[in-house]
Amino acid sequence: MNLIFDTHWVMMLILLPLFGAVACFLWSRQAVTLGLITAVSVLLSVIALTLQVLEQGTLRYAVGGWGAPLGIDLYVDGLSLLMLIVTAVVGVAISVYSSAYFKPGKAKHYWPLWMFLWAALNSLFLSADIFNLYVTLELMGLAAVALVALSGSASALAAAMRYLLISLLGSLFYLMGVALLYHAYGTVDIALLAQQVESSPAVWAAIGLMVTGLLLKIALFPLHFWLPAAHSSAPAPVSALLSALVVKASFYILLRLWLDVFPEANLALSYLLGLLGASAIIWGGIQALYQTRLKLLIAYSTVMQIGYLFLAFPLASIIGWKAVFYLLLSHAIAKTAMFMAAGNILFYGGHDQIADLDRVAQRLPITLTAFGLAGISLMGLPPSGGFIAKWLLLEAIILSGQWWWAIILIAGGLLTGAYVFKVIGFAFTQAEVPHEPRMVPKRMEWVTLTVAVLAIMLGFMAPQLLALMDLGAPFGETMS
Amino acid sequence: MNWAFWLPLLIVLSSLLAALVIFILPEEKTKTRIGLNIGAALLKIVLVAIMLWGVHSGYQFETRLPLLPGLELVLRADTLAMLFVALSAGLWLLTTVYAIGYLEDSPHRSRFFGFFGLCVTATVGVALAGNLITFLLFYELLTLATYPLIIHRGTEAARKAGRTYLIYTLAGGALLLIGTVWLYTLTGTLEFTARGFLSTLDSMHHPALIIIFVLLITGLGVKAALFPLHGWLPQAMVAPAPVSALLHAVAVVKAGAFGIIRVIYDVFGIEFSASLGVTLPLAIVASVTIIYASVRALFQDDLKRRLAFSTVSQVSYITLGVAIVGPLATIGGIVHLVHQGVMKITLFFCAGNLAETLGIHKVSEMSGVGRRMPWTMAAFTIGAFGMIGAPPLAGFISKWYLGLGALQAGQDWVIFVLAGSTLLNAAYFLPILYAAWFGKSTGSWPNERNIGRYETSLALLIPPVITAILAVLLGLLASVPFSPLEWTRLITSLEYTP
Repeated sequence: MNLIFDTHWVMMLILLPLFGAVACFLWSRQAVTLGLITAVSVLLSVIALTLQVLEQGTLRYAVGGWGAPLGIDLYVDGLSLLMLIVTAVVGVAISVYSSAYFKPGKAKHYWPLWMFLWAALNSLFLSADIFNLYVTLELMGLAAVALVALSGSASALAAAMRYLLISLLGSLFYLMGVALLYHAYGTVDIALLAQQVESSPAVWAAIGLMVTGLLLKIALFPLHFWLPAAHSSAPAPVSALLSALVVKASFYILLRLWLDVFPEANLALSYLLGLLGASAIIWGGIQALYQTRLKLLIAYSTVMQIGYLFLAFPLASIIGWKAVFYLLLSHAIAKTAMFMAAGNILFYGGHDQIADLDRVAQRLPITLTAFGLAGISLMGLPPSGGFIAKWLLLEAIILSGQWWWAIILIAGGLLTGAYVFKVIGFAFTQAEVPHEPRMVPKRMEWVTLTVAVLAIMLGFMAPQLLALMDLGAPFGETMS
Repeated sequence: MNWAFWLPLLIVLSSLLAALVIFILPEEKTKTRIGLNIGAALLKIVLVAIMLWGVHSGYQFETRLPLLPGLELVLRADTLAMLFVALSAGLWLLTTVYAIGYLEDSPHRSRFFGFFGLCVTATVGVALAGNLITFLLFYELLTLATYPLIIHRGTEAARKAGRTYLIYTLAGGALLLIGTVWLYTLTGTLEFTARGFLSTLDSMHHPALIIIFVLLITGLGVKAALFPLHGWLPQAMVAPAPVSALLHAVAVVKAGAFGIIRVIYDVFGIEFSASLGVTLPLAIVASVTIIYASVRALFQDDLKRRLAFSTVSQVSYITLGVAIVGPLATIGGIVHLVHQGVMKITLFFCAGNLAETLGIHKVSEMSGVGRRMPWTMAAFTIGAFGMIGAPPLAGFISKWYLGLGALQAGQDWVIFVLAGSTLLNAAYFLPILYAAWFGKSTGSWPNERNIGRYETSLALLIPPVITAILAVLLGLLASVPFSPLEWTRLITSLEYTP
């Protein structure tokens, strides 16, 4: 019996963080230790799962032995595997960061919620049916809302409340779509639906509802209004989680449905999504440029980067999908580093006013280096994951002949450059430190840098990662 | 995995690793930092020398690492690459020595030398790049590595200059990116090939190729400071002198010019470019730049700004030589890559010495400075005469070949551009020399400091003297084997169909 190939790692990925959540809740004094142990073991499980999938190909696992349509199916292909991997990597980094960030009083609330969120994320990525996706989406949303409220300030509570309502509304729309599809075809299994769904009014209604609900959760322009407040008022590690993973999870569902369930995608709808994406890039970029607070700037940058993800819809080519998926991964890593860096700056100086950053920035060279490296990836400059994504996306755009998206892409890159360097420029000015700073724990600074370096390293891992994406051909058959 | 694979990579890594170590070095460890700087620079020169010898004996050095499906990171030592690599490695050593002297006791030296090393890494990467995507990668890295050097002083003016620099270069980089990707979608390859790889493409793609050409050259023209994309360069003068020296002579401006050479010769192919009809407009743009910038230089009182406009003008010689279709003009253009570098770095070192030792920043303050700092001004004089193109200095060789090449190609009008530029060069350099040597000194200097036993500290004095001597030797010994001119002949012989 081979330990790696015969263990049901998919189940471990759901159960481990779930047990972790319970353990952190029960033994709240040891929450930090328990959380870290869980984080590392989830990462190890993901590595094991990767080896397993590389050896055996895509994986379908019927929980408890009940197959579809009765039981719950879990499914792993390149797409879900990469989401799991990036979640685990970001998850471990955030866990290490959080272990120093939170005071004990907050930590005992934070760790169970975060572990619970992780469990929800992992099950979401593994779900093989649209109802299960709904359940996990809802669980994820609830955990995320609770995490936003964690800091307890009035603005955080208001933002959390708004986030809760939006989140519920989004899930509700999605659920109605699920109901329509189930009514029409008698199944919620993605693979079964993929074979049966045909164009019909009911299906289009379902698509409309599901897409609207998901767009609300993804915060695509003009439905992004809730995101900056929610992402910026949360504690730094939570902001990172929301921007890097939670928003992406909703996009992952949309991508799955679009590629598998929805019948030959409607041209008008795909163009509409592309157009909204383009508006998000420009609007988000301009808003980011005008922010006076660092965390708000980063949050608007997320609004903008989400826009890029939607440029692949009108292109409808394998290389386009791969490009935005690569962008999704790179953005997750880079944005994590960036929010962590903002967290360090806030921790040190007690504020994140950009105009006063020069007093802080020079004392935190490691943090600022991390911010810069993450910025390089966001701008799409080489060498970084962002560059690879931008290159592929540009290639897809030119191949499709829809050159106007290229203008948006380039304009977005320059806007990003403008707001990233607006921050970095402060690192080089000479200013006095007027107040007593609070020393940032070494651990927080170094983990920030590590994640940022990873964002750069993604620029050199393209052959491997793109090959992983092909597993199970989620984007359709590649010609080779 | 052998020497042929590792050597190009090692040449890039030698400065990269040194830079990374220097970044984390505490500020007060001056000796360790100097050791690392000089050590890495020397190591690079030794490696480059080995490679130069190897290339000359016919060895192929090539590093390939996978980057994207179908695209690789390629570092290859071809003859053109070696010319630029040798220039960068050599001048890096001198500039490092100079910078150590220049920045003595000033703050943030670890940061400075870290980015300094990154800058050279990027330049060498640009030189060795074996395909367009690798070139692009290092070209953008160069932008990122030079920005912190430009705003090093942290003043409001420095930050403004940094902002201008970024706006120009990031926009240029974006155009370059679009052009590159577009090219790739048409051809499926980006590998630099002598005489280009596009001539076999179906003629229905020719309009697209012309647009791509414009995109690429505009993108590169920003760094090469082609008119009207030169605006950032005079502003970037707020940077410390060694940075200006490096920017103008080796790194940024040259990366742009080198890129233009690569695109025209090894992507499009010179004969194919000519058949597309894109070379003549480029030659005209280069000529306009040469004359316009020289005229602007006349009216600058700030010494470094005058030198900056002079750079704008002189670097366009390279573009001009490349755009005149003909082997002799090509030799003139490419060899100017080295000649201009050596001469311009001399001038900037000297300008830095004047500023650092006497506080002189303006031309009008230089009256009689020749007697106070004879060695510095002697070097400056050689550099200036070289720029004017007086024989037997290096600048003369470039101009001679450019002129001959223009006649050979039947582009007689270029002679007028060269003559006009020579006159203008004389007009903005000779008054400086006259004032320095023959002008009356007022006896007091704006901000005199006594450093070292000689006219200034040795670290500041030796580099310009060496480069000045080089500028003479490059002219006198132009036809000795391994001289840049002979090497350029070799390059040129590969680029034209016999």
